[in-house]
Amino acid sequence: MGMTITEKILAAHCGKDYVEPGELINAKLDVVLGNDITAPVAIKEFKKLGIDKVFDKDKVVLVPDHFTPNKDIKSAEQAKMVREFAKEQELTNYFEVGRMGIEHCLLPQEGLVLPGDLVIGADSHTCTYGALGAFATGVGSTDMAAGMATGEAWFKVPESIKFVYHGKLKAGVTGKDLILYTIGKIGVDGARYKAMEFTGEAISELSMDGRFTMANMAIEAGGKNGIIAPDETTEKYVKERAKRSYKFYSSDSDANYSEVYDFNVADIEPQVAFPHLPENTRGISEVGDIKIDQVVIGSCTNGRMEDLRQAAQILSGKKVHPEVRVIIIPGTQEIYNQAIKEGLVQQFVEAGAVVSTPTCGPCLGGHMGILAKGERAIATTNRNFVGRMGHPESEVYLAGPAVAAASAVMGRIAAPWEVK
Amino acid sequence: MQLKGKVWKFGNDIDTDAIIPARYMNTSEPEELAKHCMEDADPEFPSKVKAGDIIVAGKNFGCGSSREHAPIAIKASGVSCVIAESFARIFYRNSINIGLPIFECPEAAKNIKEGDEVEVDASTGTITNLSDSRTYQATPFPDFMKEIISAGGLMKYVEKKVKSNG
Ligand code: SF4
Repeated sequence: MGMTITEKILAAHCGKDYVEPGELINAKLDVVLGNDITAPVAIKEFKKLGIDKVFDKDKVVLVPDHFTPNKDIKSAEQAKMVREFAKEQELTNYFEVGRMGIEHCLLPQEGLVLPGDLVIGADSHTCTYGALGAFATGVGSTDMAAGMATGEAWFKVPESIKFVYHGKLKAGVTGKDLILYTIGKIGVDGARYKAMEFTGEAISELSMDGRFTMANMAIEAGGKNGIIAPDETTEKYVKERAKRSYKFYSSDSDANYSEVYDFNVADIEPQVAFPHLPENTRGISEVGDIKIDQVVIGSCTNGRMEDLRQAAQILSGKKVHPEVRVIIIPGTQEIYNQAIKEGLVQQFVEAGAVVSTPTCGPCLGGHMGILAKGERAIATTNRNFVGRMGHPESEVYLAGPAVAAASAVMGRIAAPWEVK
Repeated sequence: MQLKGKVWKFGNDIDTDAIIPARYMNTSEPEELAKHCMEDADPEFPSKVKAGDIIVAGKNFGCGSSREHAPIAIKASGVSCVIAESFARIFYRNSINIGLPIFECPEAAKNIKEGDEVEVDASTGTITNLSDSRTYQATPFPDFMKEIISAGGLMKYVEKKVKSNG
């Protein structure tokens, strides 16, 4: 029996030739990641162990991105704890404000995660790196602490679900729309505990940024990981960033899947997820008249260069609707800088938007754009749970950058082609 | 170990933002987190929950973020265990790692009602609803997880391992 890409990577990291779903394994880790919310809990646990050093100072990555630049004294204390730990452990990969980015935009950009890697991160969207053909999954702080100490973690080998996207994408339809559509079809627990393997003609055509967006939201269907087999697009992306060797894996033709879904992407239009679950998706033509108070373009889902370019294409030379606030957050300093060079930041500011330095900010209701009672936002983020962006009686709609930008101009949720 | 208490019932897909909203995550102190536990799902929960009480919920409990603050907040609020139709993956893992007993049992989760008195035998996974005398059997943990639980959580387990490796 053949193996899936997920099974092959897990097997390679526990020294086996073959693993199968359900098997419990202890695997070696290439990267252990934490942020300013989850790392403090892990650091406290790590210190209780009474060992001096992390397993490998190059492989523990710390990124203060959630409440930074720090929003209050308590969050400053948390960031300080992470900073001091990084210093005392002499970590190679600690990223300070001004050089950082949202972790899941930053790590691939810096070449810190590569095809074939096994990565755990104390952040649920660690699954983003599956876009590179790595096995990457979110864990809690205690797993992170154990990973920092031993360089290993236990896993149950997941069953895989194959999603095949046939055909060519309509103009204006992106990775975000594909993943929202998929979650709408299978539900927020449709892939619980399982590997989500994305494949097909439409995936081959997708840019690296679009692939990151898709793998990023695997967790929103309950998935353990999302994964896309590496190809030329991947090679081009990693070649200039990698500082160590990497390996391309792909699924065998006789690999075993618990389910296979076939989608014809020519039928898919831009998607919007209604409150309060990412599975409440509708095509843009079925949305109706929904006024909005705020637009957020950014996050580890859609804060990359391609996303900003799509937003700029719509906002350039236009004005933000008088009753709408628009907050745009480039994912990393490099993206921020590139957006300045390309003139996008100026276009956003002239349109009447706010452009922030990289941070998670409003995505998790942290800072930089919290919603008041009864307010409504459309965001390119990944979660629209009750209270996610602020008051428990506020609402978040999820969409791609083009729909978000069009909505900014129109003052209601709108399709990109409505902006004339 | 016998766990016993009054039931707080919740629906499907209770996410980690409902268990502990991110706006309170500028701290990781268990007592601080407990003050806001479940408040976006039921504002009365933090002030009325009593030691030993049991959360019973629908499918996919704990979906969303990887924040360990979620099971920590539940544990610190005095809740003795959570019974659900199913759990989201990271929440399940985190609960085992920090020692919050959780039980997957669709039958029990469907039939037990808000306010019922429930007793759980943590070692066998037998759930008894004292209010109507019905019993249920939760899915048992795999042996490997029992090892982690009996060691007193993942860190205790790792500590043993690190020390035995010298
Ligand atoms: S951008 Fe949002 S989803 Fe992504 S890591 Fe930050 S808080 Fe989490």
